Amino acid sequence: MVKVFIYPATSLILSDMVARFGHEPIGSALGIRERIQTPGFESPPLQITPEEPKKGLKWAAVEVPSGVRGRMAIYGPLIEQSEAAIIIREAEFAFGCMGCARTNELIQFSLRHRGIPVLDLEYPSSDEEGIAFVAAIREFLAGLAKEGQA
Amino acid sequence: MAEYTPAYVGTVTKYVFIESPHLTPKDLALRAYEISGGVMIKETCFGMQVTGKPDEVETLIARIREFDPSHIYVKDRGFPPGDERRCRANLGGARPGYLGHEFEMGRIRYIARGLEAPATGVPAVPERREPLDARKLKELMEAEEP
Repeated sequence: MVKVFIYPATSLILSDMVARFGHEPIGSALGIRERIQTPGFESPPLQITPEEPKKGLKWAAVEVPSGVRGRMAIYGPLIEQSEAAIIIREAEFAFGCMGCARTNELIQFSLRHRGIPVLDLEYPSSDEEGIAFVAAIREFLAGLAKEGQA
Repeated sequence: MAEYTPAYVGTVTKYVFIESPHLTPKDLALRAYEISGGVMIKETCFGMQVTGKPDEVETLIARIREFDPSHIYVKDRGFPPGDERRCRANLGGARPGYLGHEFEMGRIRYIARGLEAPATGVPAVPERREPLDARKLKELMEAEEP
């Protein structure tokens, strides 16, 4: 079983595909769950404390807005433990405020910079594209399993 | 800031989405209750959320998938069900994250076709047609060709 980072990190389709083909999807839910289940001082809405931007300094420089660093405190450890990644290019619903947009760019940069196997895709918009989309993911994940055995 | 005591520590929560011609979310929930054991189930309009110990949830998910493998989709959720920081009842309006679900559920039918297709390599896909450029359209209109 290989840990596969999914981008968009909240993607239902990617999360399901990765789990369905026998690997572990790594997405934002894992980082959020860890914080939600940690006792401490309440910091709604996400139980993110003022400490997070400091932790985020590991992945983004101090000049980078604290919103990006706070987000990277969630995503950074997840990216570091990932052994592969699947990225959907230009995912329409992954837009957001400037903090989200810059974090998204940084996530994709960090994944590519790590040198792990990355599969680039686009959301399907027809049956033919759907068949190719699933086949590409199936082949990519099967390849990872073989690499893991070698 | 108030002291925070988390609920459901050590559990996992998963969304189960269904878009099937054979099974409604209600049917799925009923079948899930029959095999749920100690897993907590919350029915939703799109399927359900299941919360429990990781191995119990995994077992339940594996059995649920068998009902209609290419039309049932599962993903992790960070918050437990009914969490006041995310629950629609407390916030008003659509729950944060709803737009993402709505967008992806629109693509699910293509994914289902992909899952049902035989697993034989990655087929070539015809290129997407580019939308008509506005300048080109203006030229066509101004040309006034019969």
